[in-house]
Amino acid sequence: MTAWAGYIELILEGAVVTIKLTLMGSVLALVVAFIAGLGRLSRFFAVRALATAYIEFFRGTSIFVQLFWVYFVLPLFGITLTPLQAGVLGLGLNVGAYAAEVVRGAVQSIGKEQYEACTALNLGRWQGMRHVILPQAFLVMLPTFGNNAIELLKATSIVSLISLADLTFQAQVVRSQTGNTMVPFTTILVIYFALAMLITWGIRRLERRLSRGLDGVRA
Amino acid sequence: MPAPIIKIDAISKSFGAFKVLDGLSMQVMPGEKLALIGPSGSGKTTILRILMTLERIDAGHIQIEGEQLYHMERNGQLLPADERHLTKMRQKIGMVFQLFNLFPHKSVLDNVTLAPMLTKGTPRAAAEKRAFELLDMVGMADKAKNMPAQLSGGQKQRVAIARALALSPKIMLFDEVTSALDPELVNEVLNVMRRLAAETDMTMLLVTHEMGFAHDFADRVLFFDGGKIVEEGKPDEIFSHPKQERTQSFLKKIIAAGHRV
Ligand SMILES: Nc1ncnc2c1ncn2[C@@H]1O[C@H](COP(=O)(O)OP(=O)(O)OP(=O)(O)O)[C@@H](O)[C@H]1O
Ligand SMILES: [Mg+2]
Repeated sequence: MTAWAGYIELILEGAVVTIKLTLMGSVLALVVAFIAGLGRLSRFFAVRALATAYIEFFRGTSIFVQLFWVYFVLPLFGITLTPLQAGVLGLGLNVGAYAAEVVRGAVQSIGKEQYEACTALNLGRWQGMRHVILPQAFLVMLPTFGNNAIELLKATSIVSLISLADLTFQAQVVRSQTGNTMVPFTTILVIYFALAMLITWGIRRLERRLSRGLDGVRA
Repeated sequence: MPAPIIKIDAISKSFGAFKVLDGLSMQVMPGEKLALIGPSGSGKTTILRILMTLERIDAGHIQIEGEQLYHMERNGQLLPADERHLTKMRQKIGMVFQLFNLFPHKSVLDNVTLAPMLTKGTPRAAAEKRAFELLDMVGMADKAKNMPAQLSGGQKQRVAIARALALSPKIMLFDEVTSALDPELVNEVLNVMRRLAAETDMTMLLVTHEMGFAHDFADRVLFFDGGKIVEEGKPDEIFSHPKQERTQSFLKKIIAAGHRV
């Protein structure tokens, strides 16, 4: 019995690492997504080219290889990262590349009449973007951002390969110490699923909050 | 005689291979109320959009209050205008769109205060005070806290008018501002515009298919066809005694289609 309590603690510690990775990775992904997504819409060719190169590269290569590269190859250039830093960087940059396309698509989905209203009201390019286009585009992005965050959550399990003690890593520890596969892996399956549901629920709530009044329903 | 506030000089504009405007020239005097009428596709909207800098010209010049709109004078030379110059020139001009183009995520009040706060640095309190005055004038003060989606088309358009007025432009452009409205909502918007015309000395250019309103509102009516001014004159001349055959047939068609003259 006491042994199982220890194992549960291990799994919970793993859950904390997974949640941390997901949160920090998502923040990085979000920042990078806005920079690269808006970069793709820049007036300047160099900015567009740079953003496109980043997006295509990270979408076109495996997240597994990216993570290994960040963790094992970067040190050869003198940049040594902790497993957590490497995990956040790898996951954030990878998912950020997908989310950048979401940002771009959402911004482009806002009708040209909104841009024209900005011009007619003499708003600067950035003022219009910041106060008119992005707030509307953000609502369009949200559901897909939710999917991206869930993808990121699921991808966190690969950090166990660089010896970061996340949920998957801990399940393997429990398995090797107890010889039982079913219990630890069923447990983390349920935890992953619960976390994904939490993300879905959070995004829905945010969506509902931000779209209040937009559909003609009294605020 | 005062100088024209708008001076359009031989402008041309093509969309692809299609030349909408071909060497158009016209002038508008300060305070003048102008109605632009003509068949669909004759270039009326294009002229307003060019004045609002939503569409660039291919050739020609436009002066607003004696200052080039699309060009900058540097050492006696005319260079293409940069964004900074355009920003300065746009301060003189406001536009109201057929489909209102309100910001759906902002309340009525915020729609009106946004641009003055951002572009003129007006403090919120002052911007809101002015917004309430304008919303009051268009009969929308009691809806200041509503979102655009909660308003009827006529109400939206009145808010859009207040929003454009909040920047105190000298020139206002109205592009078929009632044509997207249900018939019973048209008058509430036209009444606002009548008041505007009577109570302000703003220069106003109006594109419309409401011939009755054009007659009452305008000091001068321009009939366009194929990107050219076919005939112009006082409303009575144009509507009661059109000289050109094309003007006559256009007005006849409009009446047949049920529009009031
Ligand atoms: N962005 C564009 N791309 C291609 N063609 C255009 C564009 N904008 C306008 N046109 C064309 O230019 C011509 C003039 O259009 P404009 O909208 O100025 O006409 P209008 O007089 O306002 O007509 P209406 O009474 O139907 O509003 C039309 O033939 C139209 O199809
Ligand atoms: Mg038109």
